[in-house]
Amino acid sequence: MIPELGNFALALACALALAQAIIGIWGAHRRDIRLMAATPGLAIGQLLALAAAAASLVWASVVNDFSVINVAENSAIAKPLLYKISGTWGNHEGSILLWGLILGICGGMVSVFGRNLPTALRARVLGVLGGTSAGFLLFCLTTSNPFFRAWPAPPDGHGMNPLLQDPGLAFHPPVLYMGYVGFAVPFAFAVAALLEGRIDAAWGRWVRPWALVSWCFLTCGIAMGSWWAYYELGWGGYWFWDPVENASLMPWLTGTALVHSAIVVEKRESLKIWTVLLAIGTFSLSLSGTFLVRSGILNSVHAFANDPARGIFILALLGLVIGGSLLLFALRAPLLRSGGIFAPVSREGALVLNNIFLCSICAVVIAGTMCPPFADLLLGEKISVGAPFFNLTVLPLAIPVFVAMAVGPLLPWKRGRLWPLVEHAWWAAVLAAIVAGSCALGMKILPALAFGAATWLILGSFAEVVERTLLFRAPVANSVRRARGLPVAVLGAAIAHAGMGVTIAGIAGMSLASNKIVEAKPGQTFSVGGYEWTLLTLESVQGPNYSARVAAIEITQNGRPIALVRPSRRTFPLQQQTTSDVAIRTNLMRDLYAVLGEERDGSAVLRLHVNPLAPWIWLGALVMASGGALSLADRRLRVGAPSRSRAAVPA
Amino acid sequence: MNGAEMTRRRLMLLAPLAVVAAGGAAFWAMLQRMEQGRFDPHDIGNPMLGKKMPQFDLPAVPPSQGFSSSELLLAAQDNPVFLNFFASWCIPCASEAESLESLSKQGVQIWGIAYKDQTDKTRAFLDQYGNPYARIAADTTGNTFINFGLYGVPENFLIDRAGRIVWHVAGPLSDEMIEHQVMPAIAKARG
Repeated sequence: MIPELGNFALALACALALAQAIIGIWGAHRRDIRLMAATPGLAIGQLLALAAAAASLVWASVVNDFSVINVAENSAIAKPLLYKISGTWGNHEGSILLWGLILGICGGMVSVFGRNLPTALRARVLGVLGGTSAGFLLFCLTTSNPFFRAWPAPPDGHGMNPLLQDPGLAFHPPVLYMGYVGFAVPFAFAVAALLEGRIDAAWGRWVRPWALVSWCFLTCGIAMGSWWAYYELGWGGYWFWDPVENASLMPWLTGTALVHSAIVVEKRESLKIWTVLLAIGTFSLSLSGTFLVRSGILNSVHAFANDPARGIFILALLGLVIGGSLLLFALRAPLLRSGGIFAPVSREGALVLNNIFLCSICAVVIAGTMCPPFADLLLGEKISVGAPFFNLTVLPLAIPVFVAMAVGPLLPWKRGRLWPLVEHAWWAAVLAAIVAGSCALGMKILPALAFGAATWLILGSFAEVVERTLLFRAPVANSVRRARGLPVAVLGAAIAHAGMGVTIAGIAGMSLASNKIVEAKPGQTFSVGGYEWTLLTLESVQGPNYSARVAAIEITQNGRPIALVRPSRRTFPLQQQTTSDVAIRTNLMRDLYAVLGEERDGSAVLRLHVNPLAPWIWLGALVMASGGALSLADRRLRVGAPSRSRAAVPA
Repeated sequence: MNGAEMTRRRLMLLAPLAVVAAGGAAFWAMLQRMEQGRFDPHDIGNPMLGKKMPQFDLPAVPPSQGFSSSELLLAAQDNPVFLNFFASWCIPCASEAESLESLSKQGVQIWGIAYKDQTDKTRAFLDQYGNPYARIAADTTGNTFINFGLYGVPENFLIDRAGRIVWHVAGPLSDEMIEHQVMPAIAKARG
């Protein structure tokens, strides 16, 4: 009964979304106040219906209702409760439902927090969101329905891929999707602005917080995925330039560009067309990324059930959303007027530079990811594009960004000079050079330069804060008082930029990692990365839905005990699958990382890694996201100058 | 802004749509061909495609009598031979059994090579999933497998009159492949 109610709620949400699209866009076109006023209610109704649908699926999974095909295929009685819940979005059908739910949440948020928007703009934004939502809910209902029943119901389910039974991964998809789908709101704002035929500073101010929230979630989502790959897959790496990873990186790059170019729209009323294109492009990349991966076109380690027939539906939908918005862009964008002149050395000049490089990196990543299928289609050649290509092409484009992003915020708007940069940030540059120089004595040139860049970014990002608070130049009490008066957004930007520096330091550290693969008998000792690793015992352990072999390894340094780690190898009988449970011991400056491999004749294969600064990679992402979140708390963003906008755009 | 400049501006802003349209058309073509089995991004190809098949002489899977490359060449003089590598322990091989059966019903002679398999298990596999093969041989050492440049089982080849490999797929045969690829390749080989 409950799954049928879920199915009904899903259909209801689809109908409400369609109504929201038609009433919102038509109402705004007719300037009919009553129609426009109806859209927020419809959006909230859609959200409630979707929440009910998602809750029904979770319920079916928790009570082990295996007559629901989706539950039978992905769950099992012996599965722990957490994974019964998270498993509902760990498969194709459920993830599409989650996708729809998050789009519904976006609509609901715009309804609730968008009260100070002009009525017509809000109606159009909700209309565009509703139209997008209706398309994807229709896709969910017709080709990926999670509520379909099977009869007779099997006594137990197939269970879940053991690799996915992990608390980190349980929350990876929702966070990542919040990022992907969140960019639907800037997209809707862009399409609404094109429909309206006008963009002003207020528009930039409204779009920015939405783009920023999505960006924070996307940053966290990518970091969680990378972290999961690091500790769960046990390959010792954190980023593999896999198509699915690239698919999440592309909207992150353009989304980062969008967050910055929207500032220029707000402050200088220029870059309007470009910002609209970025908003459309970012959401388009989110869409293409999540969906093309499922069509089976891209060759990836992330296996979704590939179904070309489903792919055609997706492609048609993408064509409608992306093609439709770009057609509108081609028709209406030429009418948008930009104001202001650009000086190359100015804050806006620096932001344009940032946009050019970020979008170039994105273009390179797209080219590398799409090259294999296109070469196959057009030339019939089988090629693969891997890490060497991406490292070689992305790095040169990223360096100017790193150099500029630390000091960009020091430049004034309109017209600046380079001299003040030198005056305010010389100490960061000197310290970075010292770090790079002293690192170069003990390691290769590239990691040394990366450590220098990290130092430059972390210190340089705070140059503005130091300057504004007169730190070290005025009495401490005076500096603290000045710090209190500092706009939160300035601090947020400094923290976000410094976070990038932390991540770079982590990546540089990882490039110095040492590892060894050994065949070990209990009692044997190996030396890796300055530590002595002794295999003590190998034993069998029984888990809730798996059996495991566990190795106990003692790690010492110069005779001093450091840690006892227990990597294991789990065998899940239901799925006939074996996973490695990596043992990681961290002290934030380095990870000791041990993997247990196959066993033969009483000895086991062990992979032992020492990864310097590895946690900094994800810590940096967390710092970046918290910087973004802090900026959101800035009053200037939240208040959003309602009075001025009402005057500017009569409803 | 004069007319020419406006036109240039319009064209420039049309560019994103054009790029996306081209990309969309390409993806559409890929999906269409994937459905027909003519496009497989996961396919890794075969180095022997277009070349003469390697020489071999393989023992029997009783009661069938085994065969050598020269016997296969002789049989291919009349009609192209469809050569299938399989194994009883391979699950995709069981999934392609029906397609092989329908290919054999369409009058194509299928010769099979059981890769690294035990005779009784191969027999049991044929009893369970059907025997579409005109001749079966056993590649117990795996040397022929290596000479053909295989990655795994199943893999399928079409051998023409001159003993050349004219078509290949790494992975199980499907009905769509038979319709869109194998039959046209056979027609072409008969020329």
